[in-house]
Amino acid sequence: MKRLMLSGLAAVSLAVAVSSANAADFSPAIVFDMGGKFDKSFNQAAFDGAERFKMESGVAYREFEVTSPTQREQAIRRMAKDGANIVVGIGFAQAPAIEKVAKEFPDTSFAIIDAVVDLPNVRSIVFKEHEGSFLVGMAAALASKTGKVGFVGGMDIPLIRNFAAGYAEGAKYVNPDVEVFQNMTGTTPAAWNDPGKGAELARSQFGRGADVIYAAAGGTGVGVYQAAVDGGKLAIGVDSNQNYLHPGTMLTSMLKRVDVAVENAFKDAKGSMFTAGIQSLGVAEGGVGWALDEHNRSLITPAMEARIEQARKDIVSGKIKVNGYKGS
Amino acid sequence: MEEFFTMIVLIADATLRVSTPLILAALAGLYAERSGVVDIALEGKLLGAAFAAATVAAVTHSAWLGLAAGITFAVALAMIHAYACVTHKGDQVVSGMAINILVAGLGPTLALAWFRQGGQTPRVEGGARFHPWSWPGAEAVADIPVIGPIYFEIISGHNMFVYIAVLCVPLTAWVIYKTRFGLRLRAVGESPEAVDTAGISVDWMRYQALIVTGILCGIGGTYLSIAQNAGFLRNMSAGQGFIALAALIFGKWRPWPTMFACFLFAFTDAVQTRLQGVDIPGIGIIPVQFIQALPFALTVILLAGFVGKAVAPRASGIPYIKER
Repeated sequence: MKRLMLSGLAAVSLAVAVSSANAADFSPAIVFDMGGKFDKSFNQAAFDGAERFKMESGVAYREFEVTSPTQREQAIRRMAKDGANIVVGIGFAQAPAIEKVAKEFPDTSFAIIDAVVDLPNVRSIVFKEHEGSFLVGMAAALASKTGKVGFVGGMDIPLIRNFAAGYAEGAKYVNPDVEVFQNMTGTTPAAWNDPGKGAELARSQFGRGADVIYAAAGGTGVGVYQAAVDGGKLAIGVDSNQNYLHPGTMLTSMLKRVDVAVENAFKDAKGSMFTAGIQSLGVAEGGVGWALDEHNRSLITPAMEARIEQARKDIVSGKIKVNGYKGS
Repeated sequence: MEEFFTMIVLIADATLRVSTPLILAALAGLYAERSGVVDIALEGKLLGAAFAAATVAAVTHSAWLGLAAGITFAVALAMIHAYACVTHKGDQVVSGMAINILVAGLGPTLALAWFRQGGQTPRVEGGARFHPWSWPGAEAVADIPVIGPIYFEIISGHNMFVYIAVLCVPLTAWVIYKTRFGLRLRAVGESPEAVDTAGISVDWMRYQALIVTGILCGIGGTYLSIAQNAGFLRNMSAGQGFIALAALIFGKWRPWPTMFACFLFAFTDAVQTRLQGVDIPGIGIIPVQFIQALPFALTVILLAGFVGKAVAPRASGIPYIKER
């Protein structure tokens, strides 16, 4: 009996030793951006992906939440210096920092979301947000009774304009006469986390007659959704599935699978299958889409669902081409 | 025309909503500065009250307990300020800045430890939040032209705090100019020696002023977290305490002009929000960057051109030391 226990103990300790050896061998790291990892949106999607990786592989990851722009480069370099095998930077704003640090640490793998860094050890993951926004734009126009829909963006950058352009295209695809209001929260990174301003912008759009608003604004969106609840109107979430936040007033969410991108980057690096280069994820690749679950089931009629699903297939087959924002 | 009128009404409505924390904080600053204590910690007190109110409201599900907590915390911060720079004659700007920095870090850190949501409090709903009041007959008259929208949008349908903030202005004017407390408060800010000679404690007057400051900031902060928004977020006061301070100087330390200065700041903010992407006849669509610079440009122009000399209370910022 004693012997059995001993061998059992040995087995356990062996297992522990093996897993800790694994953990010591492989050390992934992630650097979140200004919205913070609990922005319920973009950064949180990345966080969810990292957490899933931790659950499945048992490997802990290191993380850092950037609270001021000067911290990005320091955080990324710190991670690389401390022996991280892969460092994932969340958000376009980290591109310059990733580029700089990736050159200093050519043996470390890096990944960047929403931007392209052309280096042999960097994987650049970009999404075709306009395609996903097209689908929720359709949903907005189909659900709107006033024929007016709104968009609240975070920081005024081409990426967010791309969301807006796809959204407007989708809404016009359903109803050519639809009026689309567009507002940006600001021109600095603080615009990602200003729910008070988001709520004000949403109220102003509701005041002008909009009855569905799509927010692509990170943490600022929380204020937009709250304004929709307070005003008895509809809102559309972004990046993460945000339908659960306010069941009954969240029409749907534009899913941007940052979580999958982060998880895959970690997994590939762990299995030595990391590839550099550009990954462009659209509707066809399952990188973007729209959310339908128990929280918004009652808001989406079967006819709406059928039309949006048809459009999704048409985008995949190339029958519908979403232009997005072409820059200026 | 119709659309233009609606826009005006909606802007007025938003101005009231946005100006509420500014008015409360500016009046709070008015009491402190009129008593001779410079208070740049308005920002920190707003933020601290927002945090305390949201935390207590989230845990107890009672908005009123949240309000009590917000006020208590803001008064406590004001007392730290008073202890440092009235009792111990410390530098008022340094003490104020210390409080701002303390609160900016303390709130998110405690929220992270207690709620594990990245430095936010959980969302507050229902009874844990102050909701707008709808006035009698607002729905009924909403369709009457001109008067209907004005009553429905501007007068009715605001949060309790909006009315409190506006009512605090005449109240403050009365207290400052018509009561014995007000006379002593002004005297202690202009000429503390005279007050001391009259046998009134300068320190106690300043403590009292800072208690009022704390209460007003507490109400303002509570409005931010559990009335205007639904929960505490990192740095959610976003510089409004400093804007309130600017409005106070703009209003030359007088209640009514200060309120109008707050309205002006809130108005430019509301206009800025609404002018984005709107096609103005004859001008076209104004670039976003220009619109967003508008409040600041307007502030500079008004401050430089129209306000004239702003003279602070004479003893403001100077600790009172007996028998020098």
